[in-house]
Amino acid sequence: MTMRSRFYEAVGAALDRDDRVALVLADIGVSQLPVHPRVFNVGIREQLLIGVAAGLAMEGYRPVAHSYTPFLVERPYEQVKLDLGHQDVGAVLVSYGASYDGAREGRTHQAPEDVAVLSALPGWTLQVPGHPDEAERMLMRALERDDRIYIRLSDEQNHAPVHCDGLVVLRQGAGPFVLAVGPTLAPTLAATADLDVTVAYLATVRPFPRAELRAAVLGTDVVLVEPYLAGTSSAEISAALVDTPHRLLALGVANAELRRYGDPEEHRAAHGLDAAGIRASLERFDGRNPV
Amino acid sequence: MAIASQLGYDDLPRLLTRLTGDAKHDRSSLSTLDVLWVLYDRVLGDDDRFLLSKGHGPAAFYAVLAAKGLLPVELLDGFGSFDSPLGHHPDRVLVPGAEIGSGSLGHGLPIAVGRALAGRQVYVLVGDGELDEGSNWEAVQYAGRVGLETLTVVAVDNDSSTHGWPGGIEQRFALEGWHARRVDGRDHDALEAALRAETAGRPRCVVAEMRR
Repeated sequence: MTMRSRFYEAVGAALDRDDRVALVLADIGVSQLPVHPRVFNVGIREQLLIGVAAGLAMEGYRPVAHSYTPFLVERPYEQVKLDLGHQDVGAVLVSYGASYDGAREGRTHQAPEDVAVLSALPGWTLQVPGHPDEAERMLMRALERDDRIYIRLSDEQNHAPVHCDGLVVLRQGAGPFVLAVGPTLAPTLAATADLDVTVAYLATVRPFPRAELRAAVLGTDVVLVEPYLAGTSSAEISAALVDTPHRLLALGVANAELRRYGDPEEHRAAHGLDAAGIRASLERFDGRNPV
Repeated sequence: MAIASQLGYDDLPRLLTRLTGDAKHDRSSLSTLDVLWVLYDRVLGDDDRFLLSKGHGPAAFYAVLAAKGLLPVELLDGFGSFDSPLGHHPDRVLVPGAEIGSGSLGHGLPIAVGRALAGRQVYVLVGDGELDEGSNWEAVQYAGRVGLETLTVVAVDNDSSTHGWPGGIEQRFALEGWHARRVDGRDHDALEAALRAETAGRPRCVVAEMRR
């Protein structure tokens, strides 16, 4: 089961269970969701999608707005900033189509900068699940709250969910501290299987757990592996380790338009985010063969 | 801080003189004065929502809120200052009685659609220049298609749209399924009648003409 199908299943059930929940769509997802009096499909009108969600929130509903990532985050960015943020109302934005999931669709259907641009807005919780179980747990908790939450669904997923919240140290080693975000955990574990490194996992990236990171990093070398724009959380790590001499290697999607189609796997490799690419970057960072 | 007892329409010029420093928006502000007065004095019910989407030139809005006892009159004197809640564009978090923060054009009407979908009677004031923003038309189209009869738009037409609206704004709304009519924006009785007109299950648009 994908994160997306799990989301449809879970939000459909939530509509029946909780009178506060309302779902706002812009055509995408309509055929997978039930007809319901609190499901509002505004058509292909993404600015309205966010405006309607804000209006519903002002009247006491817990709106969930859902669409493909570029159309949910980038096209209505000012609505996200003003209709939700400036009005100081909450909503749950759930995207699907992460980074290069839409490899064959090309640049118009890719938004690897989603977390970076939302990070520029105050008051958002940004969540990057790595498994359908994590996505469902995040959604259920988000529906109980009233604030602004972004849940980024991806076709990429890890082999198993991580059930703990916050920054989770999965393996302790003497070498670099490798922090894998969301669905980058699977290739990161494969890349580091025979290395004496610490591997940690993070799925809620804003607010960034600065104190947890400061406590967990025991050496000087930190490697950040993000499934979106490389370096999105570099400033957060710098702030967390401001009193600690450190080196940071930030891996992620390059901030350059990759004018290629093909499969997501090919894009992952092109950005150095498959196991081989992560391994090669680690070895370069270490300046030697770290085996 | 004491809330003023309710004042009348004739008190508004005096209140407006206390709101200084936003001269570039004077024309915009004065164009909305009569519409705002009719809404607050004759039309809005206790549970109704009013959204000032055209946030430019909010002096008239603040003056009417103060006249109706929703805003302390004393606050008018600090208009635009660091310690005042009254900015040159309203902030709903700061201004008692403001249902939305506005200033960037084209946001109030989509939000109004959401509030109307929740079952509220919602009134939203837009300007003819503001209607240049495409986000408005996403809301106009959708509200017309779903017959959102609890939604009323008052479009203040002071000929501010750079490229105009050939044929009239009301025709654009009517084409999208709205009940739309144009009235003299200074005629209080005509405004009230248009705001109360039966719409046969359609959203309502009242174009308030405020030509120079």
